[in-house]
Amino acid sequence: MFTEKAVVQFLKPIEQNIYLLKAYSPKISQNIKPGQFCNIKVSDTDFPLLRRPFSICEAEGDCVSFLFNIHGIGTKILSGKREGNEINILGPLGNGFNISGNYDQAVIVAGGLGSAPFPYLINSLDSSKEVLSYVGAQTKTDLVTYKLKSVSISTDDGTAGFKGNVIELLEKQKRLFVKNVKLFGCGPTPMLKALQKFSAENNYECEISTECAMACGFGICQGCPIESTANINSYKLVCKDGPVFNSRDIVL
Amino acid sequence: MSNVDLSVNIGKLKLQNPVMLASGTVGYGNEISQFTDLSKIGAIITKSVSLKPRKGNPPQRIVETSSGMLNAIGLANVGVEQFILEKIPFLREVNSTLICNIAASSIEEYVECLKILDGQDIIKGFEINVSCPNVKEGGLVYGNDVSAVGKITEKVRAVTDKLLIIKLSPNTAHVSDFALVAKKEGADAVSAINTLVGTAFDIYTRKPKIKNITGGLSGPAIKPVALAKVLEISRKVDIPIIGIGGIMNWQDAVEFMICGATAVQIGTVNFINPNAGIEIIQGLQEYCTKMKMQSISELTSSYNLE
Repeated sequence: MFTEKAVVQFLKPIEQNIYLLKAYSPKISQNIKPGQFCNIKVSDTDFPLLRRPFSICEAEGDCVSFLFNIHGIGTKILSGKREGNEINILGPLGNGFNISGNYDQAVIVAGGLGSAPFPYLINSLDSSKEVLSYVGAQTKTDLVTYKLKSVSISTDDGTAGFKGNVIELLEKQKRLFVKNVKLFGCGPTPMLKALQKFSAENNYECEISTECAMACGFGICQGCPIESTANINSYKLVCKDGPVFNSRDIVL
Repeated sequence: MSNVDLSVNIGKLKLQNPVMLASGTVGYGNEISQFTDLSKIGAIITKSVSLKPRKGNPPQRIVETSSGMLNAIGLANVGVEQFILEKIPFLREVNSTLICNIAASSIEEYVECLKILDGQDIIKGFEINVSCPNVKEGGLVYGNDVSAVGKITEKVRAVTDKLLIIKLSPNTAHVSDFALVAKKEGADAVSAINTLVGTAFDIYTRKPKIKNITGGLSGPAIKPVALAKVLEISRKVDIPIIGIGGIMNWQDAVEFMICGATAVQIGTVNFINPNAGIEIIQGLQEYCTKMKMQSISELTSSYNLE
């Protein structure tokens, strides 16, 4: 874990209200793994006070990239960054996806901006593994398919792809899954909950990236508890024990 | 380097400098030690330890507010037994002055906890949390009751000769009344302030933004309140004060010392800049040099109200 002053290389919209920020941050780039995240200070004043957590989207050479939408004041300020601006990045944080292992097919399941960690994951996978991506959103303009492979789409309102949610789409498509498939999910908690159930029912190996409001990102504020199946008497922390968990290990 | 003396005395404990890391913002030291050299810090105050492990509150525990944040962690901690087994070995290695913060739901529990921990030579003092706003029993219930704070101080004083600090709540009419009773019953120092009770609501769902409904407000938003409380104690009670509340940089630390603090604790800033303590110590040293001061302790209560 480091704090690093990173220099913005570019910031560009890739969809309506979805931005890609690339920054020169060699220490973090060389150490970060798919599914880990960074906590970014978007200004050099005390406003906004806290850092903002973003999962790593790509790490190439000495640069890191993040995908985000304008959600509040922090991301609004971040969206105003230009080439040459500095941002302070704290990372790599948390535990990423376990991409090694004995599986032949990686199924990506993303809801909305939940696609963010997957370009780096796909890029890090052993090339022998087949990748299928399932991406859902409320409506067409919220879909994020940046650098995903073999993409199938669902929208709640039917403006693109399958009409319904992404787990309903998975249910319809699961005949395409090989026996030793592994699912990787990220998105809103109701979607993760449905994915957890779907994986359990079908006995699929599944890892999910969870989300919770947090302050520090590395365990000292204790702000991001998540219930574990192993021990009901204590919480795990999303930042330090996650954000990626085996879907069997947590209660959503 | 300069020859400014940054050391301060709190009761019989001498700290190498006045910057302490506040309870609940550094865990038990292991995570933050990856970002900062804890051996250079004045003291570390542990996350509150209670007799039995506490699970803490369900999410959401934290929300950012204007220049501050609300938290309702609910004193989640490993309990005194695990603390000794799992946390103290690491704290021994970091070579920093260790003060243990104690939380309890009854006077007996404070006493029991202290008895168990008093024999740990690594612990140089205790900070008694009588002011956590986020638990149903103990905490603020005591923090709001002068006679209860007096009673707790008396009982814990009887079981330890180590430095005894009472952490005061700002959620009272006159904080100096509490400082006075703490002094009378034998406390060596008070720390002020704990967080201020606050809340925040989502205007669309009309639900509180944190599950506990209310939480403790910290960060720069509370600094003026904290300074006024420190000044009030300083003008009315002769007891060392450890100033806490929204300190983000060395200038804030100086301001607290001028208003009466012998030392300071930094809290919320650790979440944003885990090396803030070291940076503040450097800033204090440069300030003293610039102001031609021999010792930083000259700053304490040096306010000029004319």
